[in-house]
Amino acid sequence: MTASVLADRPTAEQQPPRPPGRIGAGVFSPGSLLTALPTALRALDPRRMVRNPVMFVVEVGSVLCTVLCVTQYSGFVLSVTIWLSLTVLFANLADAVAEGRGKAQAASLRAGRATTTARRIDRDGRESSVAAGDLHRGDRVVCEAGDVIPGDGEVVEGVAAVDESAITGESAPVVRESGGDRSSVTGGTRVLSDRIVVEIRSEPGNSFVDRMIALVEGSQRQKTPNEIALNILLASLTIVFLLVTMALQPMASFSRAPQSVVVLVALLVCLIPTTIGALVSAIGVAGMDRLVQRNVLAMSGRAVEAAGDVSTLLLDKTGTITFGNRRADRFLAAPGVDEGALAEAVLAASLADETPEGRSVVELCASRYGLDPAVPTAGRTVEFSARTRMSGVDLPDGVQVRKGAVTAVAQWVAEHGGTVPGQSTHDADAIAADGGTALLLARTDRDGARVLGVLHLKDVVKPGIAERFSELRAMGIRTVMITGDSVPTARSIAREAGVDDFLAEATPEDKLAYIRTQQEGGRIVAMTGDGTNDAPALAQADVGVAMNTGTTAAKEAGNMVDLDSSPTKLIEIVEIGKQLLITRGALTTFSIANDVAKYFAILPAMFQVAYPGLAALNIMKLGSPQSAIISAVVFNALVIIALIPLAIRGVRYRPTSASKLLSRNLLLYGIGGLVVPFVGIKLIDLVVSLIPGVA
Amino acid sequence: MSGGWVAAAQIATLVLVLALVHVPLGDHVARVLTPTRHSRVERGLYRVLRVDPEADQRWTVYALSVAAFSAVSVVVLWLLLSFQGHLGWANGTPDMPAAQGWNTAVSFVTNTNWQSYAGESALGYTVQAIGLTVQNFLSAAVGIAVVAALIRGLTRSRTDRLGNFWVDMTRLTLRLVLPLSFLAALVLVVSGVVQNLHAPQTFTTLAGGRQTVPGGLVASQEAVKELGTNGGGYYNANSAHPFENPDGFTNLFEIFLMLAIPFSLPRTFGRMVGSARQGLAIVAAMAVLYVGALATMLVVENAHPGAALQAAGGAMEGKETRFGIPLSALFAVSTTATSTGAVDSLHSSYTGLGGGVAMLNMLLGEISPGGTGSGLYGMLVLAVVTVFIGGLMVGRTPTYLGKQIGGRQMTFVASYLLATPAVVLLGLGVALLVPSARGAVLNGGPHALSEITYAFASAANNNGSAFAGLSANSDFYNVVLGFAMLVGRLLPIVLVLGLAGSLARQPVRPADSGTLPTHRPQFVVLLVAVVILVAGLTYLPALALGPIAEGLSA
Repeated sequence: MTASVLADRPTAEQQPPRPPGRIGAGVFSPGSLLTALPTALRALDPRRMVRNPVMFVVEVGSVLCTVLCVTQYSGFVLSVTIWLSLTVLFANLADAVAEGRGKAQAASLRAGRATTTARRIDRDGRESSVAAGDLHRGDRVVCEAGDVIPGDGEVVEGVAAVDESAITGESAPVVRESGGDRSSVTGGTRVLSDRIVVEIRSEPGNSFVDRMIALVEGSQRQKTPNEIALNILLASLTIVFLLVTMALQPMASFSRAPQSVVVLVALLVCLIPTTIGALVSAIGVAGMDRLVQRNVLAMSGRAVEAAGDVSTLLLDKTGTITFGNRRADRFLAAPGVDEGALAEAVLAASLADETPEGRSVVELCASRYGLDPAVPTAGRTVEFSARTRMSGVDLPDGVQVRKGAVTAVAQWVAEHGGTVPGQSTHDADAIAADGGTALLLARTDRDGARVLGVLHLKDVVKPGIAERFSELRAMGIRTVMITGDSVPTARSIAREAGVDDFLAEATPEDKLAYIRTQQEGGRIVAMTGDGTNDAPALAQADVGVAMNTGTTAAKEAGNMVDLDSSPTKLIEIVEIGKQLLITRGALTTFSIANDVAKYFAILPAMFQVAYPGLAALNIMKLGSPQSAIISAVVFNALVIIALIPLAIRGVRYRPTSASKLLSRNLLLYGIGGLVVPFVGIKLIDLVVSLIPGVA
Repeated sequence: MSGGWVAAAQIATLVLVLALVHVPLGDHVARVLTPTRHSRVERGLYRVLRVDPEADQRWTVYALSVAAFSAVSVVVLWLLLSFQGHLGWANGTPDMPAAQGWNTAVSFVTNTNWQSYAGESALGYTVQAIGLTVQNFLSAAVGIAVVAALIRGLTRSRTDRLGNFWVDMTRLTLRLVLPLSFLAALVLVVSGVVQNLHAPQTFTTLAGGRQTVPGGLVASQEAVKELGTNGGGYYNANSAHPFENPDGFTNLFEIFLMLAIPFSLPRTFGRMVGSARQGLAIVAAMAVLYVGALATMLVVENAHPGAALQAAGGAMEGKETRFGIPLSALFAVSTTATSTGAVDSLHSSYTGLGGGVAMLNMLLGEISPGGTGSGLYGMLVLAVVTVFIGGLMVGRTPTYLGKQIGGRQMTFVASYLLATPAVVLLGLGVALLVPSARGAVLNGGPHALSEITYAFASAANNNGSAFAGLSANSDFYNVVLGFAMLVGRLLPIVLVLGLAGSLARQPVRPADSGTLPTHRPQFVVLLVAVVILVAGLTYLPALALGPIAEGLSA
């Protein structure tokens, strides 16, 4: 193994920060409608349709009308029949489009899972060649450079560079080694260097890739609790309107205006919530899909929904809230020392320092003091060592500059006959008290040793993270920072980042206990983790996101896996969960509000002959009773197609308070749902009225 | 127009008094429903009934108690009615026929008080007092007991216990309905409502005609008739009869009595859930619907087109000149919005659209403000629907007062939404298919349909008022409407208790800024919209063919 081959997975540090205010919509291409058509047609099978009661009613209605089309043909009956059938087809199209995207993904996963032969180590220690599908839990296999790892497992021997692009889409290889938190490997990934022995941890057909294929295909998709609740509401509304239509015929006959079956079916289909009924399952599938696009695998739809409910986020400090390393923040010159001179000395002492801290010092010198780091320094670099606890440079003119731990440098100054001024000691103490790290800077020359000043190193909070947290707070989410730092350090960073709470010197048991307390208070908790010792907390959390780089135990305990292993992903997951629920709610509202206009189109059309006064309800001034009914049915069908992109992409979501969100969505989908059909039906009627023989 | 100003002043007084009363009354009900200690009378009753006042019931037991109590009540009342001619002070009235007795017994037990009989000619004083008046008290208390269980479901957590039905009933009857009815009866007696045991007396009038003047224990029944949103009149003319409702003051007082408890219960709710604003939001939604109905009614009754109506200054047909159009309209809206069903004018004689407003009030499910208890639980169920739709739109699994609305809760709520419309629409459909039922109408055209629609709307929603004209005293209507009242009462109650039980089991989730706020005007608007869209749209075809067709025909 050579270290240069192995780049760490890009962390959030290297990714450009996402601009605020937007959970990106998913992708939708109109062409996918066409490709999904065959699947949609196959789904017309009543045995499949019956799973969606709303659309099943429409299908039964369209079959009934088809029969009537034969027995009592007219252009009107034919038009209604065609558009009722199209309504069912459009609903299936929505499902097919949503599922099609997952199927494509599954196909590429399957292709990547070539049938591999494993080199199993038998009990007697000899290797035998076995098909990957025949490996069982506990078998040990050998993988060398170029081999595909035959199944999920743990590295029990050796270290290797592994290419996981088949799973993560990320081409940079990762290190996998026995012991510790980087021991898990996934079947289907490829060993690039060295030799490892892997103990298989999954039974055939139940590997990570198998589960992933099943998930993205939606073949194992179960309705989520919220979806079930919505379906119950939709079913009861459907039954109510079924009763309305059934009771209408006796009323119509009593009023000497009996209606034809076609008209009654048309009324029924327009009243039942077909819009949301047609799109509800596509919305769920598309929500999972949006997670997959962000390289997150949710093990169940339930987890995605729970993500929307999260009210406490446990975030690891390192990588999420702060950059991974401490950075130089400022220089505090000792009394009588010019700050510019101090900066020059610091630069000289740090140019050769390749540690992240050293580089941050150079960056600070360049950005704040305008010093040019490109000018090479003559002299001998003194490397940092654990014994001396300082580094520096010896210049040709005999000047020595040292930078290091306060006690070490103070001792060095004393050895060279100098003293540490009280001001610098005070500065260093203040920095330590605030949770930062102080480095002392000193030089010796002909005049002896003297302290130049103090360098303040601190954990730098990522820019924009505080705004992010205040957004989360507006959404009702508490953020909790988890860190192994001491309480003062943690408190200082927590204050700066604006988190609501922190857990310092956190042990896995602390995390678990914290999650339990939160849950007992009725809060929904989300967290990320990668280590084996995170597993209990991941399992306890309502949303547990395991890093793909983490151990098998962590991945099994969580209910989502983040293939990018990005610590900030959790926030996006929460937003996607919310977006899913909002899309469902918005389209339900739209669907129910649509009924008003449809009533105004169809009721006068049915009864204005019997009661001319009811013509007053025809406020859209539709051409004729027949064109009014056709227009309502056509609108009802077209609105499904028109909303498929919205269902697939999800409605736009901006993190804000519930109250503001509701106002916005009510205006858009409530008032919109009232008004749009009035306009739509009128426009369709203008066209339909022109068709001879129909209207 | 001075009559208009008088009416406006009366309405303003009513609103003011209701606003003043609802806080102390609501708080009092909350105290009644949170027992700390029991009075000596109550302890005695518990001992006789073998009730352990400290024992809480599961929702199933609570529902069984309601059902058993109702069943026993129906049987006892039916027996009393069947043999009422043999009880004292019968004044020669006959025993009630079986079918009519069934209808009447169910009617009074379910707080509907639909009457297919005429009080003065069909019933003696004894059965009115010990049969009907007793049920007026008890049925009012049952409604409040059920809503108390629902509120406990919302406030308790991790339990399957909802309180004790028998304790709730006892306390509500003894501490709320009985004392308030007593006070109200005194006011009514002082104002001229009769209260005696005189046999009917026959006089010769100045014109030489013969007139029979009945007596009876009217004031005591009248008070609870309004206060308990019952509505069954002592006499056939109900509150249009001068012995039940002598003048403008009693008219307004009776309206106040109907509205007092239903408009105060949201305060009780707010108090019990620990946030007065939650109650305020519910009462605001009720008030918006009530005021909307009243405004519409006043407009259509005052400005109906047509020469005769214009000449009279509005639609005076079927209204008492004592009360005039605005106060008759106020009574009509109040009685249909509260599930009372008492009338001081004939709803059938209202303009087409005015009759439609009365019908819509009932068809919304009696929630604006509805009957005692039943109005609040109806509104709370719709609030749950609102929370479900609104909650999704803010990206959270919907919660109401910290309780999650999942599949199980939605099953109860969706069935509730389905129950009453199913009874109304199926009953209506069947009645229109049965020739004898179809032929029982008086008028032709859309008004005929309104007569039948009104009957089923009234029965299934436990209102009890009637559109005159329908000959409802037939075996068909007595039996079918009896079932409509029974199912329309007990099925929703069972579903509400089931919902309460499933809510009580959940832990409470604390509210934060990501939770849908349910105490703001925004929620009130959404709730009203849901009521109109979900509850109202169901009946648009029936309303279009009845009152709307009639109203737009002129």
